[in-house]
Order: sequence, then structure tokens, then C-alpha cells
Amino acid sequence: MKYDIVIIGAGISGTAIANALARYERSVLVIEKSNDVSNGASKANSGIVHAGYDAEPGTMMAKFNISGKSLYPELCTRLDVPYRKTGSLLLAFSDKEMQTLEELKKRGDINGVQGLQILDAPDVLDREAHINPDVKAALYAPDAGIVSPYELCIALMENAMDNGVSLWLESPVKNIRRSRRNYLIETSGKSVESSCIINCAGVYADTVHNMLLPQMFTIRPRRGEYFLLDKYAAGQVGHILFQCPSAQGKGILVAPTVHANVIVGPNAEEISDPDATETSARGLKEVWETALKSIPDLPYNQVITTFSGVRAEPSSGDFIIRDYPEMPGYIDVAGIKSPGLTAAPAIAGHVVEMLETQTGKMQQRSAFRERRRELPHFHQLSHEARRELVKKDPRFGRIICRCESVTEGEIVDAIHRNAGAKTLDGVKRRTRCGGGRCQGGFCGPRIIEILSRELDIPREKVRKDNAGSGILFETAAEEVYHGTV
Amino acid sequence: MEQYDVICIGGGPAGLAAALSARENGAGRVCIIERDMELGGILQQCIHKGFGLQIFGEDLSGPEYAQRFINEVRNSDIEVKTDTMVLEITPQKTVYTLNPQQGYNILQAKALILSMGCRERTRGALAIPGSRPAGVLTAGAAQRLVNIEGCRIGRKIVILGSGDIGLIMARRMSLEGAKVLAVAEIMPFSSGLTRNIVQCLEDFQIPLLLQHTVSEIRGRNRLESLIISKVDDKLQTIPGTEKEYICDTLLLSVGLLPEIELPFASGITLDKRSRGPRVNESMETSIPGIFACGNVAHVHDLVDYVTEESRKAGRSAACYVRGELKPAAAINIVAGEGIAYVLPQEIRPANCREFFELFFRVAKVYTNAGVNVFINDKKIKSYHKKHMAPGEMEKLKIKPEMLIAAESIKLEIEQISC
Ligand SMILES: Cc1cc2nc3c(=O)[nH]c(=O)nc-3n(C[C@H](O)[C@H](O)[C@H](O)COP(=O)(O)OP(=O)(O)OC[C@H]3O[C@@H](n4cnc5c(N)ncnc54)[C@H](O)[C@@H]3O)c2cc1C
Ligand SMILES: Cc1cc2nc3c(=O)[nH]c(=O)nc-3n(C[C@H](O)[C@H](O)[C@H](O)COP(=O)(O)OP(=O)(O)OC[C@H]3O[C@@H](n4cnc5c(N)ncnc54)[C@H](O)[C@@H]3O)c2cc1C
Repeated sequence: MKYDIVIIGAGISGTAIANALARYERSVLVIEKSNDVSNGASKANSGIVHAGYDAEPGTMMAKFNISGKSLYPELCTRLDVPYRKTGSLLLAFSDKEMQTLEELKKRGDINGVQGLQILDAPDVLDREAHINPDVKAALYAPDAGIVSPYELCIALMENAMDNGVSLWLESPVKNIRRSRRNYLIETSGKSVESSCIINCAGVYADTVHNMLLPQMFTIRPRRGEYFLLDKYAAGQVGHILFQCPSAQGKGILVAPTVHANVIVGPNAEEISDPDATETSARGLKEVWETALKSIPDLPYNQVITTFSGVRAEPSSGDFIIRDYPEMPGYIDVAGIKSPGLTAAPAIAGHVVEMLETQTGKMQQRSAFRERRRELPHFHQLSHEARRELVKKDPRFGRIICRCESVTEGEIVDAIHRNAGAKTLDGVKRRTRCGGGRCQGGFCGPRIIEILSRELDIPREKVRKDNAGSGILFETAAEEVYHGTV
Repeated sequence: MEQYDVICIGGGPAGLAAALSARENGAGRVCIIERDMELGGILQQCIHKGFGLQIFGEDLSGPEYAQRFINEVRNSDIEVKTDTMVLEITPQKTVYTLNPQQGYNILQAKALILSMGCRERTRGALAIPGSRPAGVLTAGAAQRLVNIEGCRIGRKIVILGSGDIGLIMARRMSLEGAKVLAVAEIMPFSSGLTRNIVQCLEDFQIPLLLQHTVSEIRGRNRLESLIISKVDDKLQTIPGTEKEYICDTLLLSVGLLPEIELPFASGITLDKRSRGPRVNESMETSIPGIFACGNVAHVHDLVDYVTEESRKAGRSAACYVRGELKPAAAINIVAGEGIAYVLPQEIRPANCREFFELFFRVAKVYTNAGVNVFINDKKIKSYHKKHMAPGEMEKLKIKPEMLIAAESIKLEIEQISC
């Protein structure tokens, strides 16, 4: 088997690049070790499309933040992904922090962020009724926004596959060898040849790099923990509320999500295991207590879940997006820490240019499908449209997820799309089923039933997420029958 | 648009009793809408006994109790729509429903009865630290999987929460061949019925760990183990008391919350204490003609009380349809010191012909305490109680004459020193 381009890692970097490459006459394969796209940092982050005043001028982070941000509105419309410009407020509570606002505004102006404005306290409180009245001022960035990061990844991959890109899941890249003209990429089980490799392996990008090249950088995992609040708390906050950054990171934010929940987090903790997405009592406590400084009446009894994501902190301090003369066709997209989500669409364009520089101009595909097959968002439809849809397909007449009003029709659709759902978590990320306040308590059994039926696997084979995360056991009788005990 | 006198949303014991009572009290066209395939609500998965002692003087299983009401409904002209979800209601009592065969429909009622029951608090709501593997589920979801779907959910099980559902699931899982290692309870007491502690834990030699909680969940794919720690009086885990339990399943029975999606979205006033809609003496919510009863109003321990309360709601709805339930001056009922919540939250004396009952739960366990009743801030009565616990709903009778010139009523618990 041979491809023109292999992308390692199906996070936002890998899927955005796959989507950009799908426009060209090239065979592209995405290899992902997890059982779904967007199962790394890209599923567990703040989901903020940053305005772009944080990054040092002149860095790749600054450059791709600004250009990435401007691609968002059109990209999300094209792929039917929830995105909303909410504006952000960076809050200052002391004179020192007031100074930080000034500095960041200056930095933002240099980076080319439009419309930055320092608001005084009454103006801030006027915009956000629940903010701590001790606030002194805020840096307002009108074009900061929020997006559903995993839905964007899924959409990018699906649309790439609609246009011919291939995807291997559950295929960790173990080794890469270089032959005279190609690379041989070995995953567990199968291997594939390719002329180009794009390394988008997130926290493992250094490991993948070291398969071919001497060590040039390291990636340290840095964890961030979050709370997600029920929609009943939606009235608490309208903008993204940041606190002033510290050496540790951008500081803890309180923000609305595109699905009308409230997200609170993250802290920043150096960890040794890149896969340690556990939460800790200490970390959660730190997040909550710090967040209370922004919104003192944040309702703890509206917490519906907690989670954490792991940042890929590069030793260089900036994104590592480069090729190597000694390794033609190989490109690192490494150390993609925040604002990596915001930057992804711009990084993708840049990688296409890098490839063209190396391999010559690529020919555009004549028939590129811009849009995904229409998504049935039952609960956003008009009365008339709902009626029509149920008449056409009765599966849209049965609500499976009562918290988010998701119908059986939507779940079945999410399973059978390209890059479709195969697990409970996969269904959740695509349809919101189980992502609401009951966290799957009510709908879980029904989704197991639907996955089992649609994927034609027994119920015990339905998983929550990766291998080993089965939900049901064989019954005692089945065990005896199959000789499993 | 189909027109009804009364529509009950939810066909559990609350909806069934309310619909029957509305019809008996003269409401014309009455309908029950239930999203499940069958009527009966949560009772269909409660295959244990312990239902109906108050109402029927018999010890019935959940499905048996429900069936008595289902039969009555089937023998009446009450319409039943199952596999039908109510998506939205409006203050004008328009009801938007969805059913795979009948499609998307809009119904109009003169009175609505909310009887949607409750939902379970989840792991997320407790913010238990650790990983997020398969094998962590709520006790009610587990009960459904085991009792209705016939699934096997685990081999080695720990249960967090010793309310009745937790206790009953401990026995149920043991009978299913699983090993239940322990039931952990953060409070110094179980909120479950004593008979359940004996029959569900002691008879199966399952340890009950009081003042203990799960402080960490381990295992990235399937649950592998739990850390259980002792807690202090402030419910904070005590370092050094951690103990690891190797298990594949954690069942959470950590509280129920009224299902308030529909009332919240339609602007019905909710009570911070009961977490359900505020109701008056007629079980009417802040929107005239919309009533609430059963677990959606407040979480009950015994289904018999659900039935009683729902009959009242049904009767009131019938009165409302006839134009006999009049708006009138209301007295606020305040949950004072030691009271978790009180229901109703409001009484209109004009609508109280006889005595009526206040239902309340205490915030913690009391032995030897007084329940003081204040009217207009003056203590007018005190009832002595030997034992009160949050798990047991208390009742108090108020006579109409006590309400003359009353502007507010407050309940308070006073610890009597012994
Ligand atoms: C706590 C937190 C908050 C953040 N907040 C924001 C924000 O608000 N806004 C913003 O713009 N950015 C934010 N970011 C940054 C953003 O999430 C990341 O920059 C982005 O998700 C990185 O995407 P990626 O595709 O490079 O990496 P990932 O999403 O981690 O994807 C890497 C993929 O590679 C796979 N992989 C690894 N090794 C192998 C292998 N050997 N073989 C095959 N596959 C492999 C992994 O399984 C994974 O799926 C945040 C990050 C974190 C952690
Ligand atoms: C595990 C367990 C053990 C119990 N043990 C006992 C016991 O031993 N003895 C005892 O007396 N009591 C017991 N109870 C309590 C008793 O079962 C409940 O109090 C009673 O079922 C509550 O009745 P309900 O009608 O308010 O709610 P439910 O029984 O929950 O009924 C609500 C109904 O509304 C439907 N519904 C909700 N929303 C919608 C909508 N939007 N559209 C359409 N339909 C909707 C639901 O599907 C459900 O059928 C137990 C409860 C549980 C959970």
C-alpha cells in the first residue's frame, strides 16, 4: 500500500491538514492510534478561538493565531460546526494587573488584533452582571470566540474523507523507516508506504520525530483540569472571562460554551505521563477557588462533569512547524500548545505551502465537495420541518437523549457518516447524547442498543471509548456457552 | 390542534393517579403522555417489594403497584400516549409532543399536570477526582439495565450512597452473582429505611462504611479500583485513611433531583430548596392551571405518598377546569433553621376547606427535637419528635383556624437538650 502523504495524529492539527490536502490530487492517509478522531488534546481544551494578544510578537503562535482566527467563521459555516463570536474580557483586579492589560493591549496591537479596548469597571460590570465587583478594568477583545473543538475535528475529517482521504484508527505508529525514495510507516498490525509524512502526534510528536531524526526538541505534558456546568448556569456569563496570565499559562477562565453550558478552567500542572487525563482533588479545588475570583456566585451545584486535557509544551516555547533538508517530505507539526486550536486552519494552509515548495505545485481536485451531507439538528428545526422529518423517517420521532433532545435518527446518522461514531463517547461528541446533565444515565442503555444494532456487534462489545472500556459483561449463561470462564 | 381538559405529562405513579383523580372529579377529556414504551414510570424497574403498604395495606412489587393504576386507567376513557415525549410546554398550556408513528404534534389543554419524576445525580455532579472509565454508573441506570434489559453490568461492585436505591441495588447485584464489596456513605447515617439495611446489607454480609466516600477513581478504560477515604465532620476526606478497593463497577446512589427541564423552560418558578417547582396548597405551580406532583415536585421515599399527592393535584386540576380554583391571597411558608425544604411553599386559605398537610424534610438527623410552627413570627405550636432524619419525609397538619390573619408560616427545628 502506498500513499502520497501520511498524516500521523487525528487531532485538530492532523484533521485540518487532511482537510486542506483533500482539495488536491494527492492520496492522503491519516493514521491515529486512538479509536476515534479528536481523542487527544483536541477533545479536552477550553474551545476558545483566541483574539491573539497573548503570544509574543514574531512567534509562530502569534502569526497563526491571527490568521487562524480569521478563517474560523467561514470554516465553521462551511462544515456546520457550532462557533460563536462572544468577545472576551481579560479581568484586572490590581494595579499590577492593570499594567498587564496595557502590555497585552500593546502586544495585541503589534500582533494585529483589531478592536482591543480597555474598559473601566462600570463598563465591565455593565456587560457582565455576575463579575466580582472588585474588578478594576478589563481588556475587551471583540473578536474572540468559542467553538466545539471535537465537532470541528470530526467535521474536518468527515469532509476530508468525503473527498477521498483515508483514515486508520486504532493504529499507533510504532516505527518509521526510510527507504530510498519513500518512508515505511509501521503501525501495530499493518504498515504503509508514503512519500511524505506530517507528524501531528500532539504530546507524542517528539517520539514520532525521534523515529526518523535525532532528538531536537522535547514535548512536556502539562495538564489542565475543568468543570462543566449545566445550562441552568448559562446566565452567569456571556463573554469569555480570563484572569491575567501568569508564568503557568493563560489563567483560569469562565466562559460560555457553544452548547450553552459554562466551562471553568484550566489550571496548569506539569505531569510525567502524557496520557494522564485524570482529575485530582487538589487541581479541581484550585480551579474552582480561582474561578470564584471572576464570578463569586458561580454555582457549584450546577457542575455536571469534570475532565482534563494535556497540553503539548515544546522545549522551544513556540510551535515547531518545519521540514528538514536531510529528510525530504517529512514535516513536524509539533508543540502545538494553545492557541493551537485557533491556529489549526492557518497551520494547515501553511503546511500545504511547505509541501508544494518541496514537491512542486499540487493540482486541485476538480470535484471537491465543500460541504458535509446535511446534519439533522432536530431540536433546531421549525415545527413544520420537524413534522416533515418524522414523517419521512420515524427514527427522528424518538428522543433518546432527553437532556439535549437528541433523536434516534441523529444517532444512527452519526454512526454511519464518514469518521462516524463507534463508541458511547463517539456518539456523545457527535450528537451531545450523554453530554447533558444526566451524563448518559438515561440514554446510555439505549445508545448501547443502537450501537449494537447499527454496528452489528453484541452489546458486550459496545465500548465507552478505547479498547478495554466495555460497558456490559456477558451474562453468566453466555460465559458458560462461549467457554469464557 | 387536539383539545384536552387535562394533560398529565409522565405516566408514572404520579401521572396515573393524577389522571384518574382528575377524571373522577369531573374533568372531561384527560390524557397521559409517557415517553417510555409502557406506563408505570420508575416502578417498572423496581422489582423488589415494599410498595403499597399505606394505600393498599399490602406489600407489593413496583410493577404490581403500578399495574393496579394502569388497569384502572385502561378501564376508563383516559387517553394514553406512550413512546411519546413532551418536548416543550407553554404557559398557555400548549404541549409539543413527539412520537415515531404519530409524528410531531401540538396539543392544547385547559390544565396541565407535571408528573415527570426525577433524575439521578451523577458522578460529575459530585466531581469525584480520577479517571473517567467505563463501569461508573448511577444505580437507577444499573437497575434498568439489570431488571429490564437483562444485562450484566459488573462482577465486583462498590456502591456509593446508602439511600434506599443504593441498598436495594446492593442486594440485587448480589442476587445477580456479583460481589458487592461495600456500600460507602459520606454521612454518619444511612438515609435508607432500616428494613432495607437489614434485608439488603446485613443479610448479605455487605459492609456499610459510614462517613466514607470515594476519593479517587482509577482505571483508564474499565474501572480498575477505587480509593475510599474516611471523612471528617465537614465531609472532607481525611488524609491517611485511604484504602484501595479492586473492583470493576461503581454504582452511584447519591441523590435524586426533580426533572425540571419543562418547567424551567416555560418560566415556572422553581424552589431552591426542593429543587422542583414552587407549589401551593392545590399543587399548582406559579402558572395558574399548571400543577406538579410526585417526584417532580419533590423527591418522595414512598410511592404511596406520591399517589396521595397526585390525587390532590388531579382533583385541583379538575376544579381549575371548572373555574372553581380561584386566585386568592397567599401565605408564604418558610423553611427555617434545620429544615431542608417544605412543601407546599404557599397556601391560599380561601382554597382550604379542611385541614391541610405540610410536608418537610430535616437537614440532618435529630433525636429529641421540637418542630416549631411560627405564624407571623410568633411561635404558636411545637411538636416533639423522638427521631427525625433527612431520609424520611415528615408531615404536619395545619388547621384552617390557625390561618386566620396569618401572613407567613415558618417551620423550625429546635434541639431539645435531654
Ligand atoms: C487544557 C488545554 C486548554 C487549551 N485551550 C485552548 C484554547 O482555548 N484555544 C486554543 O486555540 N487552543 C487551546 N489549547 C490547545 C489546543 O487544544 C491544542 O493546541 C490542539 O488541540 C492540538 O492539536 P493536535 O492535533 O496538535 O494534538 P492532539 O489533539 O493531541 O492530537 C494528537 C493525536 O495524535 C495521536 N497520536 C499520538 N501518537 C501517535 C502515534 N504514535 N501514532 C498514531 N497516532 C498518534 C494522538 O492519539 C492524538 O489523537 C488547549 C490545550 C489544552 C490541553
Ligand atoms: C430504585 C428505587 C427504589 C424505590 N423503592 C421504593 C420502595 O421500596 N417503596 C416505595 O414506596 N417507593 C419506592 N421508590 C419510590 C417510587 O418509585 C417513586 O417515588 C415513584 O416512582 C415516583 O413517581 P413519579 O410518577 O413521580 O415518577 P416516575 O416513576 O419517575 O415517573 C415519571 C414518568 O414520567 C415520564 N416522563 C418524564 N419526562 C417526560 C416527558 N418530557 N415526556 C413524557 N414523559 C415523561 C418518565 O418516563 C416516567 O415514566 C423507589 C424508587 C426507586 C428509583
